[in-house]
Amino acid sequence: MNTYLSLENLSITFDTDNGPLDVLDDISLKIDKGEFISLIGHSGCGKSTVLNIVAGMLQATSGGVLLENREVDEPGPDRAVVFQNHSLLPWLTVYDNVRLAVDQVFRKTRSKQERHAWTLHNLELVHMGHAMDRRPDEISGGMKQRVGIARALAMEPKVLLMDEPFGALDSLTRTHMQDSLMEIQADLNNTVIMITHDVDEAVLLSDRIVMMSNGPSATVGEILNIELERPRNRLALADAPSYNHYRAEVLRFLHERHAQSDVPVKKSAEESAEEVLKPTLKIAAG
Amino acid sequence: MSTHIFNTCSTFNALWLERIQGALQGERFVKMTVGVSRNLFIPFVAIAIFLAMWGAAASKIETSLGTLPGPAKVWEQTAQLYKEHQVSQEKEVAFYQRQEQRNAERLKHDPDYEPKIRPYTGAPTFFDQIGTSLLTVATGFLLASLIAIPIGIVCGMSATLYQALNPLIQIFKPVSPLAWLPLVTIVVSAVYVSDDPLFAKSFVTSAITVTLCCLWPTIINTTVGVSSVDKDLLNVSRVLRLGWFTKTVKIILPSATPMMFTGLRLSLSIGWMVLIAAEMLAQNPGLGKFVWDEFQNGSSDSLARIMVAVLVIGLIGFLLDRGMLLLQRRVTWDRNAVLR
Repeated sequence: MNTYLSLENLSITFDTDNGPLDVLDDISLKIDKGEFISLIGHSGCGKSTVLNIVAGMLQATSGGVLLENREVDEPGPDRAVVFQNHSLLPWLTVYDNVRLAVDQVFRKTRSKQERHAWTLHNLELVHMGHAMDRRPDEISGGMKQRVGIARALAMEPKVLLMDEPFGALDSLTRTHMQDSLMEIQADLNNTVIMITHDVDEAVLLSDRIVMMSNGPSATVGEILNIELERPRNRLALADAPSYNHYRAEVLRFLHERHAQSDVPVKKSAEESAEEVLKPTLKIAAG
Repeated sequence: MSTHIFNTCSTFNALWLERIQGALQGERFVKMTVGVSRNLFIPFVAIAIFLAMWGAAASKIETSLGTLPGPAKVWEQTAQLYKEHQVSQEKEVAFYQRQEQRNAERLKHDPDYEPKIRPYTGAPTFFDQIGTSLLTVATGFLLASLIAIPIGIVCGMSATLYQALNPLIQIFKPVSPLAWLPLVTIVVSAVYVSDDPLFAKSFVTSAITVTLCCLWPTIINTTVGVSSVDKDLLNVSRVLRLGWFTKTVKIILPSATPMMFTGLRLSLSIGWMVLIAAEMLAQNPGLGKFVWDEFQNGSSDSLARIMVAVLVIGLIGFLLDRGMLLLQRRVTWDRNAVLR
């Protein structure tokens, strides 16, 4: 069976001053083309580490990532990342920030006019065409994140990786951005992995929610299929029992089964052993 | 702005319109006047108080060269120095005219004669010395920047090179450039030998001394600027697979320019201070020599003339720093560079 993106038995161990620290333990996940996956879990459980391994910024200690059956071993524009703090170059205008990515990716395959048009197209897609000559410090946080998304989309990535893309925004802006993202997703049908802390965001946007157990040695705790019809409307869904059921499922996972104590305690050997014995959930594609 | 808005509302009664406009402009005028007068008035008062205290204190201090001069005496000497400069310039013009006349006459009698122009050798005036000092500091500073910025960049990018150079930088940084001066003087005399030197030896010595002290702040700040590029921006460059050159030009250098300019500004202000001291110590032409000459001269005007020099040195230092800041604002993206 051919899977589009496959995370296979990812484990990673960091060397710290207090000896080796197992951050991720045997994470496996298969993702179809066009799927929207959310990774949710408590702070410090290693969500970002998973994303960084898929992005190629970190190398797994064991296991690996296959994208269209080719192993991922370095960062590249086919796995564009939307960073939490937008990471726009402050000395370039909105247009130039996107253009830099377009030029880098399509330098050999597209003419100058085509690259210009493609840059504008992507800015329009996120409704930022009007501000293309402004610099990042002249626009709001939400607008910056829009540009960050435009930059990532402009690379025509096979997978879009989003690391808490809306985490730094106020809640009103965040809902706007989520609606925008759903719109774009309906158009382009990208494959997306998004990290989030926000339960509503996860349920509203995702096809599947991957819930991670607490670290160290974090792994996939449960996977929740969200079978809500698209296009989804947040107001209509607010009272829908199915929506609230999914929401409750995620909350129960986070706050009952994997409640995080205030002081992180190192797991005893027994507990760690139990974790290893627990079967890893793998949901077959399709 | 307000004019524009109001003119578009044509349904408005014209008379009202004018009144509102007038009031707005009036109000704005008052606000602006208050703002300007605050900005000008307070420093003005402070300077006036300073001058008054200076005048009062100076009149009570008796020195071997007479009473310490107050503001009025210093102002008088400023005018005097300017007059001397004008007189000297006239003399110079006359000197060259005489030579040309003489040469022309001689050519008439003797067509084979090759005319010679001897340079004017009058003593440099205060304003000549200002020019010399500015040229020296500019040369030394530019030379230092040309050396320090590339070193700073490579040190920031390569941890190995940084480890190699850091001890040297740390040891040479606290050395007063005046300690270098004798070495520089001797080495320049030995090495810079030519029959027709482009620059005077004293100029080269002073400029190199300035260079030696301008190097360190620029190297250190550039290194810090280059090595502390935001990690997220570097990740962007990794995702985009930017090549080494593109990464340096598009991400590392722009991101380091604010720190680089901090270093350049520090360097320039230190360089200016050191130059004056070096000129005094080495008797090299410039403002420092002017001060030293007046000190040695010991006339009743000397103290006032030295004070003129002190004020001018301060003013020039201030203007140099402002110039660098304006340049920084033009060149870099960082709009937070405040005039301070």
